[in-house]
Amino acid sequence: MKEILSGNEAIARGAYEAGVTVATAYPGTPSTEILENIIRYKEVDASWSPNEKVALEVAMGASFAGARTLVAMKHVGVNVAADPLFTLSYTGIKGGLVLVTADDPEMHSSQNEQDNRNYARFAKVPMLEPADSRECKEFTRLALELSEEYDTPVMLRTTTRISHSKSIVELDDRVSELPVPALVSNAAKQVMLPTNAKVRHPLVEARMVKLAEKANSMAVNRMEMRDTTMGIITSGTCYQYVREVFPNVSTLKLGLVNPLPVSLIRDFAAKVDRLFVVEELDPCIEEQVKALGISVSGKDFLPLCGELSPGRIRAAFAAIGIGGEKASVPVGESSAPSLPGRPPNMCPGCPHRGVFYTLNKLKAYVTGDIGCYTLGFLPPLSAMETCVCMGASIGNATGAVKVVSEEEKRRVVAVIGDSTFFHSGVTGLMDMVYNNAPSTVIILDNRITAMTGRQDNPASGYTLMNEPAHKVDIPLLCGALGVKHVRVVNPYDLDETRQALKEEMGRPETSVIITDKPCVLIKREGVFQRGPLCAVDVEKCTGCRACLGLGCPAIQWRPTEGKKGVSFIDPGLCTGCDVCRQLCKFDAIRRAQ
Amino acid sequence: MSDKVTNLLLVGVGGQGILLASEILSETFMLAGFDVKKSEIHGMSQRGGSVVSHVRYGREVFSPIVPEGEGDILFGFELMETCRYLPLLKPGGTVVANDLRIPPPSVLMGKENYPEGLADRISSEFPDFLLVDGQKLAMEAGNPRTANTALLGAVSRRLDVAEDYWLQALERMVPRKALEVNRKAFLLGRGL
Repeated sequence: MKEILSGNEAIARGAYEAGVTVATAYPGTPSTEILENIIRYKEVDASWSPNEKVALEVAMGASFAGARTLVAMKHVGVNVAADPLFTLSYTGIKGGLVLVTADDPEMHSSQNEQDNRNYARFAKVPMLEPADSRECKEFTRLALELSEEYDTPVMLRTTTRISHSKSIVELDDRVSELPVPALVSNAAKQVMLPTNAKVRHPLVEARMVKLAEKANSMAVNRMEMRDTTMGIITSGTCYQYVREVFPNVSTLKLGLVNPLPVSLIRDFAAKVDRLFVVEELDPCIEEQVKALGISVSGKDFLPLCGELSPGRIRAAFAAIGIGGEKASVPVGESSAPSLPGRPPNMCPGCPHRGVFYTLNKLKAYVTGDIGCYTLGFLPPLSAMETCVCMGASIGNATGAVKVVSEEEKRRVVAVIGDSTFFHSGVTGLMDMVYNNAPSTVIILDNRITAMTGRQDNPASGYTLMNEPAHKVDIPLLCGALGVKHVRVVNPYDLDETRQALKEEMGRPETSVIITDKPCVLIKREGVFQRGPLCAVDVEKCTGCRACLGLGCPAIQWRPTEGKKGVSFIDPGLCTGCDVCRQLCKFDAIRRAQ
Repeated sequence: MSDKVTNLLLVGVGGQGILLASEILSETFMLAGFDVKKSEIHGMSQRGGSVVSHVRYGREVFSPIVPEGEGDILFGFELMETCRYLPLLKPGGTVVANDLRIPPPSVLMGKENYPEGLADRISSEFPDFLLVDGQKLAMEAGNPRTANTALLGAVSRRLDVAEDYWLQALERMVPRKALEVNRKAFLLGRGL
């Protein structure tokens, strides 16, 4: 049967067909839908972990017991999981283990665009790179087979354009007759004391040599000879762009991007007059080809930053005199005629909005974190000074209060969401208390991992498979870490929020404020509840624009004849959160009865 | 089947249902026996930002994104977003746009005005331009939530795929209880 699947759906399908029984992940764009789709296969135990390190450790434990496992994360998630990954390379596996890294060239939804092909070389593990959804499915299975054959974790690297593009995939059945998992003692292989690790390291090196030899004959590394005046080595989505732009040029399409097939590359180079590498981000392939003494070019004219596209490839080659009959324009907004921008915004009724409004008014220096609430940086809320990686807000605040004046210390506030706090904020808060940093931490507990599309987390009360689960008691957890001043506030009550912030910011000790209203997008029955809607009384509205300072998508400025203008609240968007009404000094906003 | 690949771009505002519309298009082309690829960005764009989805079909499709300046049809769900992505269209390309204005944050806050004369701007550059009142057609069909389906109907007339495949795709992608009203909206749009 044929279906149109995204790369992520195809990876989930591939894992199912290959007999995976355990799948773990922490949500992160563009990887999230892999686990969201894998739950349709009842044979797979799928779970969200609090972070990527834990996800890999769980997958590893299942693999050691003999199960085929998949673990998925976005590119920066591999930074978090790098610690287990590098030593898992030494221990090897028992059941096949595939680690999906979903990279985000162009930073469509990320804080950097690191090229995780470097991790495969660094950790000395093989890496496959699919070029469409069909390959996503097939390579997932191949990854698990290679994993078992060579006793190694295997990385499967996608990019946003692979994960989120859809193409036609032929479905197959699930394999049968895989070994039944059981505890097996194999301590010397799995206890990485120096004596044991010293035995393992040479095996890792030998494994990569064997794989490099095998790479020359693997079907996923494919020489396609067409016109030989020019040859291009490429992989992943870039292969598709190259075929689009240069349909007659010869290509060496690499499916295994680590280790590289040296003889195959030499053969290809000898068959073409001019050799190029077309790859996004770092010159990973190009540098290795150069190290073989082969003349090749790529990053001397192709961009190092951002994703490639047919137009960008065409323009770069045109600039060195190849092709170039078609003009090229950059993708998306930058090329648009002058129009107002349309940046993303917090939803109408978002419980974060009032908190950032208040932080702005109190002139707080906000160390921020990763989530929807990073949008608190944008005007008109404009209340964020730092945002670097998951959990960094708390450490950033601790560092700032170490060095600034007593007066400025009071302004420092860390803001972090529930899921990000569980991911890597807890240790930061432990440090803040332990080292007695007088800062305030706001935990925006909306019960969900919202930005990636509402995934459950340890505060939701549900697992990925929608089973009821324990909810972490955040105030109790903070208390156990030693925070003496923990208070829970209603973020829709501006006076209460302001009062709590003023008091806690003034306190010369660590304090935590927890906001306890759920994300407005949670669809589970009874979690989010709409209030009576707000409306503007046009007779009373003086056009002072105070309510517009919230940046709520439901509130709109309407110029009026003779008057300077009035605010209007769109009843189709208002959730009745009531925050704007509290701001109006003229009682011009009323709640419906 | 010729080697020609047809390029569609669906543009609008996050939350307008663009992804579902592009799924229905892709399903239709697959049913009609074509190779299909589609691509879009999830994540930040869901929060009311600008959204673009690429759909390509033909005998064999390589790139999942439409090469810049080679779009055949721009399918706009909102006027300003339609204008924003005109540069992706080839000269002489077709524009089918919903006559709907969704103010962006700067306009909501009264800092800028929603641009005037967008429809004229589009038709002067792309004479093959159809402006559709999606909301009106949806009301006519009997459900205000079928505007996207009506627009899809209008787009379908400009593509060489038999009506039957469109209706089959709708049947597969739309929940059963909403099927009849969506079919009606589709045919109203297709009649334009």
